[in-house]
Amino acid sequence: MARDNATNDIGRRHGRNLPYLLVLPGIVFLFVFFVVPLITLFKISLSTKPDRLRPEYDFTWDWGNFSAAFTDFGSQLVRAFVYAAIATVLCALIAYPVAYFIAFKAGRYRNVLLGLVMLPFFTSFLLRTIAWQSLLADAGPVLSTAKALKLGGLLEALQITQNGRLINTQLAVIGGLTYNFLPFMLLPIYVSLEKIDVRLVDAAADLYSPFGRTFRRVVLPLSMPGVFAGTLLTFIPATGDFINAELLGNPISRRVIGNAVRIQFLNQNDYPAAAAISFVLMAIITGLVAVYAKFLGTEDLA
Amino acid sequence: MKRRPLATWLLYFVTLIGFGYLFVPLITIAVFTFNKPKGRFNTAWQSFTLDNWRHAFQQSDYLTAFGKSIQVALIACTIATILGGLMALAISRYKMRGGPALDLLLVLPLTTPEIVMGASLFTLFFNQSVRRGFWTIVIAHTLFCVSFVALTVKARLRGLDWSLEDAAADLGSPPLRTFRKITFPMIVPGISAAFMLSLALSIDDYIITSFVAGNTSTFPREVFDSSKITIPPQVHVIATLTMLIAVVTIVATTLAGLRREARLKG
Repeated sequence: MARDNATNDIGRRHGRNLPYLLVLPGIVFLFVFFVVPLITLFKISLSTKPDRLRPEYDFTWDWGNFSAAFTDFGSQLVRAFVYAAIATVLCALIAYPVAYFIAFKAGRYRNVLLGLVMLPFFTSFLLRTIAWQSLLADAGPVLSTAKALKLGGLLEALQITQNGRLINTQLAVIGGLTYNFLPFMLLPIYVSLEKIDVRLVDAAADLYSPFGRTFRRVVLPLSMPGVFAGTLLTFIPATGDFINAELLGNPISRRVIGNAVRIQFLNQNDYPAAAAISFVLMAIITGLVAVYAKFLGTEDLA
Repeated sequence: MKRRPLATWLLYFVTLIGFGYLFVPLITIAVFTFNKPKGRFNTAWQSFTLDNWRHAFQQSDYLTAFGKSIQVALIACTIATILGGLMALAISRYKMRGGPALDLLLVLPLTTPEIVMGASLFTLFFNQSVRRGFWTIVIAHTLFCVSFVALTVKARLRGLDWSLEDAAADLGSPPLRTFRKITFPMIVPGISAAFMLSLALSIDDYIITSFVAGNTSTFPREVFDSSKITIPPQVHVIATLTMLIAVVTIVATTLAGLRREARLKG
């Protein structure tokens, strides 16, 4: 981050302590309600629960919860990561062209289209997911249109429907996740595309670079920070999400890791097990993010 | 530029699909406000009626919960905007030690899955025997909004020209007036945008809220927890109303922005 000398001078003039005073309340808040709870959660994940029926637990350095998290909840973990990964890729494939269109082709309608992209934020996302229930229902508009066009057999052959149903399938869950996180992928990509100097693209064209190559060598690399941020904003919440699985999925696809944590915590009162699952989830995500950041080489998130 | 009609058509096609994908559910919600459901679930189309709009505020549970959601959002986002805004201002305005560590502290809450954040807050409140309810929801929402506000505002402040403050000081403006006349107007668009978006995040949150809410019901909680028993059409009406309010607000602020620009130019 480049800060010019003028900024330094002003900083000195205002007194050395001012910036620290400004950040202090925020840091205290984040420390008390973010760092401390995570430490508490970690401590609980190493505890044992002496009585199955009571929520109390003892801190015993019991790493058994972690191995149990893998053996008992391995399939839920894998399922959540597979759903989230597919949804993230789909989001990127849809969001990139749309963001590109808004940034380079929309002209004076740019801000209107951006507003439209944000509009889903302003209704309940639960209701939007419930709307998918209506759309994908057995007698819903999607399936009846397909039936009228005699596409039922084709959809079944492509495994888009299962036993003639769209709702309560894995595909519905993935589609719901993709839908929910599309704006979170789109907006960062748009921001990074918008910053690109159009003259670079023109220069490439003047030097007889075909559009495909210009895109690969100029536009795509320059928009990578946006893709990076969008991927994180999509993938991370998608792995922990259980709403789509719960509202659009079947009993098997409902078993994702988010649901496991929720059930262990709020229904089974097994805090050590739930804490261990949470930490495994977080550790895997942190690991993946670190690897991903290394490959893409961007350190700027915002 | 001339030799790529196929790529261009493909771009238009995907854009159309993308917007369709975003909007079909929103249109569905609006359409279902006019549905007369058979039974307790307003999820299958039966017949047209205006009753739901006429009795829009009949389902008092949902309305009370919606009011709670608004209260939580206003309090939490105000606190988050103050805390996050100050942090963003300090980071982008001054050179300070521990900058990278501070950046990490701000990014981590955004890269922590909601479910983990909810779980960790739950354990904190459980250990300290804090009764979960309205204020624990406010704390949780403030938490996920602080980072969001700080990083958004930081991104917006990056390109600003701070030497304007110097210029004002050189011309004899006292610090407070400089803040009022120069700094504040410069940072206000970024801060208000962050505030608006964090309001949307807060009103919509279910996962973290479900861990810290106790018996207090917010709108998403009311909708999700009773979605197995009933989905009345009034829920669709409330959702459509918030969408309408958002559209009006966006249009109004856009127009106000245009007018301000025109005035500055003129």
